[in-house]
Amino acid sequence: MTPAVRRWVFLVAAAGAGALLLWGLSGLPDYGVYAGPYGDVLNQVAVAERKAANVVAAVTFDYRGIDTMGEEFILFAAVLGVAILLRAQRDETEQPPDEDAADRHATSTSNAVRVVGLALVGPVVLFGIYVVAHGHLTPGGGFQGGVVLATGALLVYLSGEFVTLRRVSPELLTDAAESTGAAGYVAVGLLGLAAGATFLENVLPLGQPGQLLSAGTIPLLNLVVGVEVAGGFVLLLYEFLEQTLVIRRPGEVT
Amino acid sequence: MSFLPYAVAAWLLLVGLYGVVTSRNLVHAIICLSVAQSSTYILLLSVGFRRGGTAPIFLDVPVGTKAVDPVVGALTLTDIVVGATVSALLLALAVQAYKHNGSLDPERLGKAQD
Amino acid sequence: MIVLEVCVFLLVAAAGTAVVLTRDPLNQAIVASFYGLILGIMFFVYQAPDVALSQIVVGAVALPLMILLALAKVRALAGSGKDDR
Repeated sequence: MTPAVRRWVFLVAAAGAGALLLWGLSGLPDYGVYAGPYGDVLNQVAVAERKAANVVAAVTFDYRGIDTMGEEFILFAAVLGVAILLRAQRDETEQPPDEDAADRHATSTSNAVRVVGLALVGPVVLFGIYVVAHGHLTPGGGFQGGVVLATGALLVYLSGEFVTLRRVSPELLTDAAESTGAAGYVAVGLLGLAAGATFLENVLPLGQPGQLLSAGTIPLLNLVVGVEVAGGFVLLLYEFLEQTLVIRRPGEVT
Repeated sequence: MSFLPYAVAAWLLLVGLYGVVTSRNLVHAIICLSVAQSSTYILLLSVGFRRGGTAPIFLDVPVGTKAVDPVVGALTLTDIVVGATVSALLLALAVQAYKHNGSLDPERLGKAQD
Repeated sequence: MIVLEVCVFLLVAAAGTAVVLTRDPLNQAIVASFYGLILGIMFFVYQAPDVALSQIVVGAVALPLMILLALAKVRALAGSGKDDR
């Protein structure tokens, strides 16, 4: 099928699918009018029941905690897939990046970028820890804070070189962090079983809403998810950078 | 006006699919796929929106003020992070495909043998 | 607020179309980063700050970064001799 024929077949099919989609979507309630009962029930009840001020965090990690476990394992499997796909193949060699790091910079990083990047690493990591720790009180949580923490590692690479990143976050450490995060979620779930309740039930003391140590297992789950997401994204960054800077095929130009 | 969000979601889905179907570069197709994915976020959040409502966080507003639906927000925020990771997996596949075929063009994949 | 909502929706539709119509992947990474930012603003208008935070961090920082790294590897394999790192 030539590209032109494919384009016309798609346009006809899209017109039909679009018509069906719009007809179906017109049956939804008007935009801005929320009729369903579940959201209202949760908003009334969640703060009193789970002592968590952020109802979205309570839904993610408590009421629908098992869905989040599935999502976390999708993330784990995707990072695993990238690590397997981008390993050194049979005919590739690993060239240590120290050797030609100096003459690889056709345009060397400017001093302004280096200084500002280095100065921002501390505040970014601190902000990431803050977002992870306060997930049950303010907007935030494990997923967002984990990606912010991984951005700190990116700043380390931008303000230095790849060898700096390798020294600061060695591969073994990020592997261990990611696996600990994924296993930690299941471990907190088993805590519920060990206490005589169901899997992933909120069995730790609940405290008062608005305090840092409240809402039972929710801050704990935020913490393990933050560790896992941060480890996963740093590992992704690491694998892609290693492909570009370290692994060489025969006949490849730097 | 009341139909605009749903129309935008349907438009983005179809435009993303058009990009995937008529793409000449694997990386371009992967980015168009992420655009099609973002249409589902818009649809989910449109269903749960309440006009005049605030964010469902009751730290300094009393419980009982009108708020939007928290369930769709919970679904969407995990979806965004996981979607980006799956896009990274697809990009790694594209890099490996380039290594074995010498081209990122979907038309030429599977015909050049290594 | 109605005017703000209509403007943001139209901007989202236009930015999404621009991402698809940009054919060169290197330019498309920048347009995708801008699209992620516009989506983040739209999630703010939807009164969902958690989702907006997630979208801004992922869609404007992490995703374009990985696209650029994949493109750098493809360019190195091509051996085109361009060294504009």
